[in-house]
Amino acid sequence: MKIYIRATGNISPQKTFGHQFLTESLEHTGDRLTCVEPDYKDIIDVKLIRRMSRIIKMGVASAMECLQESGIAVPDAITTGTAYGCLEDTAVFLTKMVEQNEELLTPTAFIQSTHNTIGAQIALMLQCHNYNNTFVHRGFSFESALLDGMMLLSEKEANNVLVGGVDEITNVSHSILKRMGLYKRENVSNLDLFIAKPKGTIAGEGAAFFLLTNESSANDYAVLDGIHTFYKPVTIAETEQQILSFLSAQLISINDVDLIIAGRNGDLKNDKIYDQLQASIFNNDNIVNYKHLCGEYPTSTAFALWMASNIIKTATIPTIISKRASKNKLKKVLIYNHYQNINHSLMLLSAC
Amino acid sequence: MKSAVFVVGVGAISAIGNNVTECLTALENEAAGIGDIHHLQTVHRNKLPVAEVKLTNEELALKAGLSSTISRTALLSMVAAKEALDDAAIENISSLRTGFISANSVGGMDKSEDFFAEFLADNTKGKLRNVINHECGAVTELVADKLGIKNYITTISTACSSSANAIFLAVRLIKQNMLDVVVAGGTDALTKFTLNGFNTLMILDQQLCKPFDENRKGLNLGEGAGYVVLVSEKVAASLKKDVYCALSGYANANDAYHQTASSPDGTGSFLAMTGALEKSGLQPSDIDYINLHGTGTQNNDIAEGTAIKRLFADHYPKMSSTKSFTGHTLGACGGLEAVFSALAIKHSIIYPNLRLETPMVDLPFVPERKLLKNVPVKNVMSNSFGFGGNCSSLIFSKL
Repeated sequence: MKIYIRATGNISPQKTFGHQFLTESLEHTGDRLTCVEPDYKDIIDVKLIRRMSRIIKMGVASAMECLQESGIAVPDAITTGTAYGCLEDTAVFLTKMVEQNEELLTPTAFIQSTHNTIGAQIALMLQCHNYNNTFVHRGFSFESALLDGMMLLSEKEANNVLVGGVDEITNVSHSILKRMGLYKRENVSNLDLFIAKPKGTIAGEGAAFFLLTNESSANDYAVLDGIHTFYKPVTIAETEQQILSFLSAQLISINDVDLIIAGRNGDLKNDKIYDQLQASIFNNDNIVNYKHLCGEYPTSTAFALWMASNIIKTATIPTIISKRASKNKLKKVLIYNHYQNINHSLMLLSAC
Repeated sequence: MKSAVFVVGVGAISAIGNNVTECLTALENEAAGIGDIHHLQTVHRNKLPVAEVKLTNEELALKAGLSSTISRTALLSMVAAKEALDDAAIENISSLRTGFISANSVGGMDKSEDFFAEFLADNTKGKLRNVINHECGAVTELVADKLGIKNYITTISTACSSSANAIFLAVRLIKQNMLDVVVAGGTDALTKFTLNGFNTLMILDQQLCKPFDENRKGLNLGEGAGYVVLVSEKVAASLKKDVYCALSGYANANDAYHQTASSPDGTGSFLAMTGALEKSGLQPSDIDYINLHGTGTQNNDIAEGTAIKRLFADHYPKMSSTKSFTGHTLGACGGLEAVFSALAIKHSIIYPNLRLETPMVDLPFVPERKLLKNVPVKNVMSNSFGFGGNCSSLIFSKL
């Protein structure tokens, strides 16, 4: 059985909403990329917008854009991945709890802080009573949601599944993660991420949804061949072995891959793994990066999947992604990312 | 029984016991674990009853073999998951594809809220070690690493149905031949964040909760962890011990009614129970016992009860809410109640629903008020319904 990516929706630090494929590049300076948000009034009921925090609006709007493109009103299942969940509402409730010493609190922020709020709000808006699940496992959050969706299709429990990856960066989370040393200390342009000083990355965020289906149509972006995750590989040899066995399970070799999308984030230590792979099994391959466009966050692979889908569909690589990459043949694209060398993931796509 | 999935190990820690044996004894002795707050530092102490695990973090850390400075959520998880894995006693586990699928609702929030108080006063303050495991997934990884499981790891958070969905996913991964063994369930420690959150919703009973009583006033929050070890038929056949039961039915549906309230007719609950029956190939009359979600709130119990009335009319199974013992353990309840369901089948017992005085006038059935022993328990349905309309039902079946 083949799984097709029928439609996508993406809100990111680039102008990606409205099905634009990186035709212009947005430059951000600093250690934090913020999403370019659409006018939600066009997408969500105004009465609902007022109650929604930013991450919920971004998640719901990208899901709605994806569904609109798919022509499917109510999907057979909704699976969502979010590592951090609804941070803004969490911080609002925590702040009031501390400041008011647990007295006279109101429920709104607490209600909306629950990790499954985005998936739940989508179901509520669509009156969708079908399967609904939310995964919250760091750099595996989106991958788990995607695997769940693919399994539902192969189990014939669903003919189409709405799958998304959503995370936000807030002032609070940014300042805590900065103290942990994740980000660059000097101001850099995101477009110079891979030539800047070697320590740290830039924070990112985004909301990308996909409509997967087991029925092909004339408008599909790509075929999603497979996904694989692996956890805390001990050596680079283990990472190589995991990648090669994933490819062989897909009955291909690395030479059959036309383009690799890699999760480099500008931090020397983080990127060493990609460098090592490029010197070994990824040798001589067409490799591009994506985190200069969306920043580093646990569900960034949803952005990468959106990018891969569009590269295959349009058979182009916009110059903002790479000026050098060969555009001769873009039939098979492999995405490889690792999150803090803990959560590693692979996704393989093919042209329809 | 083609490609059936079996429960071969159970582990639990809750307010009624630090292991499965203690929990079972308390259930048989009608000994609830709900009372005054001893461990949680909150202004609600002596005002709101909760169901705390009776051990300090230091005592839990000793049992778990982990540092006492990490989240209580991880400590509880490790104690129960380790017990489940030891109980399963799978000799050749290192040669099998093993997964750990855990659920929780607020990750390392118990530590984050300590951090946050200092951080709020000064953004450069607060110990980072208290916030480094804030993410739900970080809690799972701490335990997976200690258990030595790495083939597949993920975390689910769908509020109160989280751990039922973890077990659900585990069954599917085994059926799809992606894994041989999965430790699945959930964990949650009491936190000020959740206690205050539920308090603002005005659904906490200031006395001990009374699930399915006409005069019920709300739920009591609890804490704990519960895990089952699920294996493929092939692995089950290789074990020297008896399996507890098969996991024969499962379904997930969404109520799509309100972010925190259930629809009056319990649409989501009805769809979850119906779907689980369909999956198992059983009829409503085949179910001997329903371990109710039964939180004790006005809203849940009437919605769940109405859905049961619609589905089981005229042949009501025995029912009870073990939350009358353990409180509502949120991300852990589906795991804990899966353990209790497996034990009900193994020991042919049905647990009492404590403190039920006045049956609900709108429902034609009454949950069991006394322990039933030596009763046939072949099929048990376990319900878990949560915020966001997430409803899941599991069915456990005797072999």
